[in-house]
Amino acid sequence: MSLKVPTMAEMTAQGETPDVLFWVGCAGSFDDRAKKITKALVKILNHCNVKFAVLGTEESCSGDPAKRAGNEFTFQMQAMMNIQVLNGYSVNKIVTACPHCFNTLKNEYPELGGNYEVIHHTQLIQDLINTGKLALENGGVYKGKKITFHDPCYLGRANDVYDAPRELIEKLDAELVEMKRCKSNGLCCGAGGAQMFKEAEKGNKEVNIERTEDAFETNSEIIATGCPFCNTMMTDGVKNFNKEAFVQVLDVAELIANAAEL
Amino acid sequence: MVSSILFVLLSLIGIGFFTFNILKIRSNIKLGRKIDRTDNPSKRWKTMLLVAFGQKKMFSRPIPALLHFCVYAAFVITQIELIEIFVDGISGNHRVFKETLGGFYTFTISFIEILSVLALLATFAFLSRRNLLKLPRLTMQELAGWPKKDANLILIMEVVLVCCIFMMNGADEALYLKGASHYTAEAGSYGFTISSILGDSFLVNLSIENLHLIERIGWWGHIIMVFSFLNYLPYSKHFHILLAFPNTYYSNLEKKGKFNNMESVTAEVALMLDPTADPYATNSESTAEVLRFGAKDVTDLTWKNLLDAYSCTECGRCTSSCPANITGKKLSPRKIMMDTRDRLTEVGDAMRKHGKDYLDGKSLLGDYITEEEVWACTSCNACVQECPINIDPLSIILDLRRNLVMEESKMPAELAGMLTNIENNGAPWQFSQNDRLNWASED
Ligand code: SF4
Ligand code: SF4
Repeated sequence: MSLKVPTMAEMTAQGETPDVLFWVGCAGSFDDRAKKITKALVKILNHCNVKFAVLGTEESCSGDPAKRAGNEFTFQMQAMMNIQVLNGYSVNKIVTACPHCFNTLKNEYPELGGNYEVIHHTQLIQDLINTGKLALENGGVYKGKKITFHDPCYLGRANDVYDAPRELIEKLDAELVEMKRCKSNGLCCGAGGAQMFKEAEKGNKEVNIERTEDAFETNSEIIATGCPFCNTMMTDGVKNFNKEAFVQVLDVAELIANAAEL
Repeated sequence: MVSSILFVLLSLIGIGFFTFNILKIRSNIKLGRKIDRTDNPSKRWKTMLLVAFGQKKMFSRPIPALLHFCVYAAFVITQIELIEIFVDGISGNHRVFKETLGGFYTFTISFIEILSVLALLATFAFLSRRNLLKLPRLTMQELAGWPKKDANLILIMEVVLVCCIFMMNGADEALYLKGASHYTAEAGSYGFTISSILGDSFLVNLSIENLHLIERIGWWGHIIMVFSFLNYLPYSKHFHILLAFPNTYYSNLEKKGKFNNMESVTAEVALMLDPTADPYATNSESTAEVLRFGAKDVTDLTWKNLLDAYSCTECGRCTSSCPANITGKKLSPRKIMMDTRDRLTEVGDAMRKHGKDYLDGKSLLGDYITEEEVWACTSCNACVQECPINIDPLSIILDLRRNLVMEESKMPAELAGMLTNIENNGAPWQFSQNDRLNWASED
């Protein structure tokens, strides 16, 4: 099935306005693993006939890694340029599959003139299910499977979103097993604060290894998460233990898309 | 009469010296940059009541929370008895509230006694956690030396204080039983839960003279401990018992993920994007003062960061949940707070001695906190979440990074590359912005 991915420019040319803008983010646009998450979400949006659009080549980095790396100039330049584009299209509502973009757009753009309703993709999918637009018959392929959820820091602690992804996993009729450090006590995957883009400082362990061990303790077959960077870190962690054949790392959007056979 | 004068003198010295130290700390905190934390007072009161008064965040670790609560409750309730000691001390009376309060008095003092026993047990548990069990978060490198002594000293003071209370109440009870109390000439019992047992068992066998002596040692010992404690606070992590309240009141009420947008940068960015913009259009204050970007020294931090530093209890909850620290990196959010406080004390003292513009050639960044620590943070907010009194080590770390990057252009090479990519092609990697939608047509 080919994906329908209308851009904001196309829609506007046709005199239409989407209900929601899908902010894809840099990882979702360029990272091979994260692109799969992007596509899973688009499948869901297409399936539910959500009227959405992307900015496409008009989108640029939200500025999150620049800000966390301490370069406020680069951050604000990015923010201002993005806000010009978003306001130019009179965008009201934004959904994104990246908690870093989510946090920045939601919390840091308003003071700079960008006021939008920003939601995480797990919240949007939850809404689609709750309003009956998306149905999962008997949970699908994940029925009865043990799944653990790794809280992305920028979704959980940073923005207090803990329930949406968990409710979705429960919709799969799967067994949600919590790690010993979860929700507000969740351990970081090690990627935040621009760490994704550099080597870690000297220590005795990598953060993602420590976190992967937490996940292994739950004996889950699937580590679910809701962030492209957490996904990379956890995938690397699983590989480090040569367990790829036994434990999968998947985004909640992928779980839902697979379960709904999209 | 003599004892009244002595008491008043002691009180004046005790309170005077304490006030002097508080004012010093206040002026140190005021060296910080401005930040507004006065909005939404009702939410602030609520936060303070829950987090400081109700100790809500402590209970994520139930055992220490319970132990701490015993000490805390005993401390708060004992203040009632302290009022009586003050009145007695100045007026030369003995147990001035007993007559007026009657049964409620017996209840209150009994309650204090029970809590004091619990506090004593908790104190022993605390001492053993630190010195025998050697809990990792309580024996880490940054606590070596003074912080460790400080923690033990205060626990020992607590033990002495409780002993004084029971010497005072126990001996008084024995005297009352013998009909030799200062309270009344008739024989009787106060009926306080613990001291009536103490008084009736072995104390009653002592001579009246010795009992009077013990009672007075207990009474004076108590009040002397109180003043010592009070004056010790400003030099100790135990200052948190006072600062926890303002510190939680002035908490950050925003979502934890929201980092502040630097106003000075906003003005410049607006100019860069639109050269016709009015350079003074944005909030003028910060543009008028020439401020450093980010923080190199404590005076570049906000006053709330500095209040945080003085409030820190050195409990290490932050550090024990910090992913960087857990995996052996040098970063410890507790150390960030301790360094900030130590440096601020140093700067404040130097300024008072040599004048406001004095520079000692040292700074928080470099002499206290290394770049290695600053770059190890994942900005995960675990430290902020864990802190029982809403301290925010992350905002200090961020300001130190800002200084390194924007003032000194010092950062790990990969980050410099990442930033260049964002500036050139709108992504942290080297991909062209024109390829941003390629995923939609790939399989
Ligand atoms: S925000 Fe930084 S200092 Fe705080 S716990 Fe996370 S990594 Fe450690
Ligand atoms: S910052 Fe908070 S959690 Fe960390 S040591 Fe200080 S009081 Fe404890």
